[in-house]
Amino acid sequence: MYQLIRKNKTQLLQDWLSFLAKNSDLADIVPETKLKKESEEFLDDLIAFLKLDDFSKLDAAEYQTLSSKLSDLSQSRAKLGLSPRDTGSYVLNFKDIVLEYLKESYKDEPVKLAEDTLRFNRLIDSLSILTFEAYIEGRQEIIKRQSAEIKEISTPVIQVWDGILAMPIIGTLDSSRTQVVMESLLEAIVRTDSDVAILDISGVPAVDALTAQHLIKTVSATRLMGAECIISGIRPETAQTIVQLGIDLVDIITKSTLAGALKHGIRLMATHRNTHGENTHS
Amino acid sequence: MEKIPILKLEKCLLVSIQVDLYDRLALELQNDLLEKVYKTNAKGILIDISAVNVVDTFMGRVISNITQMAKIMDATTVVVGIQPAVAITLVELGLTLKGVHTALNVEKGMQWLRRHMGR
Repeated sequence: MYQLIRKNKTQLLQDWLSFLAKNSDLADIVPETKLKKESEEFLDDLIAFLKLDDFSKLDAAEYQTLSSKLSDLSQSRAKLGLSPRDTGSYVLNFKDIVLEYLKESYKDEPVKLAEDTLRFNRLIDSLSILTFEAYIEGRQEIIKRQSAEIKEISTPVIQVWDGILAMPIIGTLDSSRTQVVMESLLEAIVRTDSDVAILDISGVPAVDALTAQHLIKTVSATRLMGAECIISGIRPETAQTIVQLGIDLVDIITKSTLAGALKHGIRLMATHRNTHGENTHS
Repeated sequence: MEKIPILKLEKCLLVSIQVDLYDRLALELQNDLLEKVYKTNAKGILIDISAVNVVDTFMGRVISNITQMAKIMDATTVVVGIQPAVAITLVELGLTLKGVHTALNVEKGMQWLRRHMGR
């Protein structure tokens, strides 16, 4: 087995690459020279493992290099946007080619052919499972990064005036989101030394009792920091639901538009800085 | 024994809490502060808790109490420097410190005190 593959390495590689070029999208996405280099490395690692002549030695260093390199390969392919079929069949195609060679050279020894075919099949199958696992891992990484990114961009804090921050909230406000909103808003208040924070909820599709509670919490936390919090972007539907649900927002300054909130904020700042600003919570 | 120092500046008393305020220390602070208000005839109290990372309901109550007690002794209290994490914890605990004036930092707290002392 080892001898066979080592001897025919160049030929095998060529057959493999031409097969890939014909039958998969891999060749369209991965540049030829890169594909060739990767495949050659894979072959070298495989030969090194075959040299041990014991396919069950899965803890051997040779197998570790082989499998870890293959995992990296399929992960990087997953990130390139290749389909799982292309990633997995990469290795499986190689099996077909090697089996052809085996058939050829063991023509007269059917027992040995069957035995070697079986052994080789098992090895490649386990490697192909590995590529699938790695593929999924690669994809999951993308998903994780994206959700982190969404979280990041969904809570922007904008300084709209000297000492006035605005935070537009887009999307549903659930409790984990509220936590993020609160944290970034409070940290921004400390960082920018602000007196007023405007929470714009025009992008929140529906306000229910829970959302309102989250809003009240955010306002209370802002006040504890010594800043005033204004809620803006209250739409007619929102106002109706809030009143119908019996939620008490009397203690909280609410405005229908961000412009109105900003105007109020500027006025607040003026009284704050001049004579007697009133900021005590009654 | 640990003791939280109280500084007097013009007509104000300044307290900066730098250690974890366990129960007895908090009550001692309350006692010392009111004593000092009485002795010095201070009109304002500024409590800086920017170095405090953990608060519980007890501490929240002590702060509320000090504010109310000082008020009937004609001294206005302002609490400054509540950390974001502390503010969130307080809100989650349901303690919104009603009646306590808060400010972002010592500077803003002092400005507010100057305007509101003795009213």
